[in-house]
Amino acid sequence: MKILIIEDEPQMLENMRETLEKEHYTVESASDFKAGLNKIGAYDYDCILLDIGLPDGNGLELLIELKRQDKADGVIIVSAKNSLDDRIEGLNLGADDYLSKPFHMAELHARVKAVIRRRNFEGSNFIEIGNVIIDPESRSVSIEGQTINLNRKEYDILTYLVSNKTRLVTKTALAEHVWGDYIDQADSFDFIYSQIKNLRKKLEKASISIEAVYGVGYKLDLNA
Amino acid sequence: MKLLNHTSKYLLFLLLPILTVWAFLFYYAMLDEIYDSLDDGLENQKIILMQQMLRDASILEHANFDEHIYSFSRISKSTHENFEESYRDTLMFMHNEKEFEPVRIFETAIKHDDEAYYKLKIITSMVEEDDLIESLVYYLLGLYALLVLTILVMNNLILRKIWKPFYTLIGQLGKFRIEKNTFVDIPSSNIEEFSLLNTTISQLINKARSSYTDQKQFIENASHELQTPLAISINKLELFLEHQNLSQEQSKDIVTVLDNLGRLTRMNKSLLLLSKIENKQFEEATKVNFNTLTETIISDFEDFAKHRKVHISIDAKAEIFYQINQDLATILLSNLIKNALIHGNKNEHVLIAIEPNTWSISNKGEQMPLDDTVIFSRFKKASTSKKSTGLGLAISKAIADKYTLNLSYTFTDAHSFTLKFY
Repeated sequence: MKILIIEDEPQMLENMRETLEKEHYTVESASDFKAGLNKIGAYDYDCILLDIGLPDGNGLELLIELKRQDKADGVIIVSAKNSLDDRIEGLNLGADDYLSKPFHMAELHARVKAVIRRRNFEGSNFIEIGNVIIDPESRSVSIEGQTINLNRKEYDILTYLVSNKTRLVTKTALAEHVWGDYIDQADSFDFIYSQIKNLRKKLEKASISIEAVYGVGYKLDLNA
Repeated sequence: MKLLNHTSKYLLFLLLPILTVWAFLFYYAMLDEIYDSLDDGLENQKIILMQQMLRDASILEHANFDEHIYSFSRISKSTHENFEESYRDTLMFMHNEKEFEPVRIFETAIKHDDEAYYKLKIITSMVEEDDLIESLVYYLLGLYALLVLTILVMNNLILRKIWKPFYTLIGQLGKFRIEKNTFVDIPSSNIEEFSLLNTTISQLINKARSSYTDQKQFIENASHELQTPLAISINKLELFLEHQNLSQEQSKDIVTVLDNLGRLTRMNKSLLLLSKIENKQFEEATKVNFNTLTETIISDFEDFAKHRKVHISIDAKAEIFYQINQDLATILLSNLIKNALIHGNKNEHVLIAIEPNTWSISNKGEQMPLDDTVIFSRFKKASTSKKSTGLGLAISKAIADKYTLNLSYTFTDAHSFTLKFY
């Protein structure tokens, strides 16, 4: 899996590269518009993380160029602007997703995985982890062929943790992903515990388990 | 007092002494002229009498004024030689007015022949000075009244017309709201003072507007610029947290730092959102059903409410549809609901009442009314909640204002926020 990061902020680029390389992606990078243009012209990528605020050009132009060349690369726009117009324009131009800075690393993984999965329709589109099979299309989960009923939040928690398997996901990142942006001012994220508890019960027969880490977050473990 | 009345007041006070002095001057000049012409007439009369005397000497018999306006009396030669002609004023009984009136008397000496010398007195009726003064006073008062009237009419018609651009401008300035980008139509004028005022005001408005825009832009730019360093810091710490060999204490410390960075991010995003609302960056609007929106938000907050042991109920007596930006509507209601949940005490009810054109939410909380003058201001925190940004209600208010909804706070036995739709 090849990922291209087009980002002018070196430390931002370094963080994204480090976390994605841990997931065994091949990561390439470009730190300006010109380098980005050269890379997308020469190679194909499974996913491109595109910062639209580049010093020598608008990242959206790269997106237009990509579509003009009829490339099928998945594109996630990364922007510090979080402007509705940019989001709409980016998505209209064919971007797959839009991520506004600052974001959690867990969120980045979830978005990248979702884009790559959608791009690779050939073969199985199911996510298999241990004895659990997730079908993102119908949002259903089964353990050893036995379908289990999850509510929306339980499903979202599970897929988010699966996207970040074996990594620590903080409560904040989880709450913002599952409960939405507007939950953010809640004075404690402890309320997510009841859903975790329910999910754990439903996953009793699964070969995966949700582990609490020091009270700071959760981690999906493969019991093997 | 209006400026034009103020100046007229001074003018009217000043006119009074001027007119009085003028009256004196006018009176004496007039009197002088009258005497002059009376005396000329008397002298002419003397010449006529002297010619008549040569034809008919009997007129020399007229020694008093009973029948004629002249009288002759014999004088000696020496008296004649030393005689000085004179004009005098004296009083004489007037039969028509039955009283003594002033008359002008001319005394001169004439010679009939070598041995007869006469003193001749000729009289003519005179201006009645008291009557003259009286009518003069009346006419002057009349003139004064006429002037006053003219000035008032002038002020009210002409000056009012001249000052009209000024009042139009003032009226517009009164309605001017810098944050609303209201347009001030500055009238052009060929009066120097007005055009000076106009140019000064338009410069002032432009300056104020540009510094206001700069300031708004500054907040927006500053918020943007903060996003990247925040992102780098958060991500670095998240990567660091994944290291296997961290102790529990170390992990917790890092999470504390992360939480605070998260808080900073939220505050930054809220400021950015406020600027964007004020900069009119959410133009797209759709017809939003506030009932379903309320239900959706409540289901998002369900777990949070359960955790805080607060029960939310909706009492919907009507359905509200409103043309508004979907995201802003969500933020508006979320902030109000979140606010009620955060400040509601355990085992309390938060009630959302939806009536025709009114959406309201109330919670008991602390039994103390909040200061409704500052409640919607930025960074006015009612609680000690450490994760509150102090911007939630300010944002709700800004959204409500943008869509001309009325968001108000009342306290009876519960804190209640009411949204009125028009």
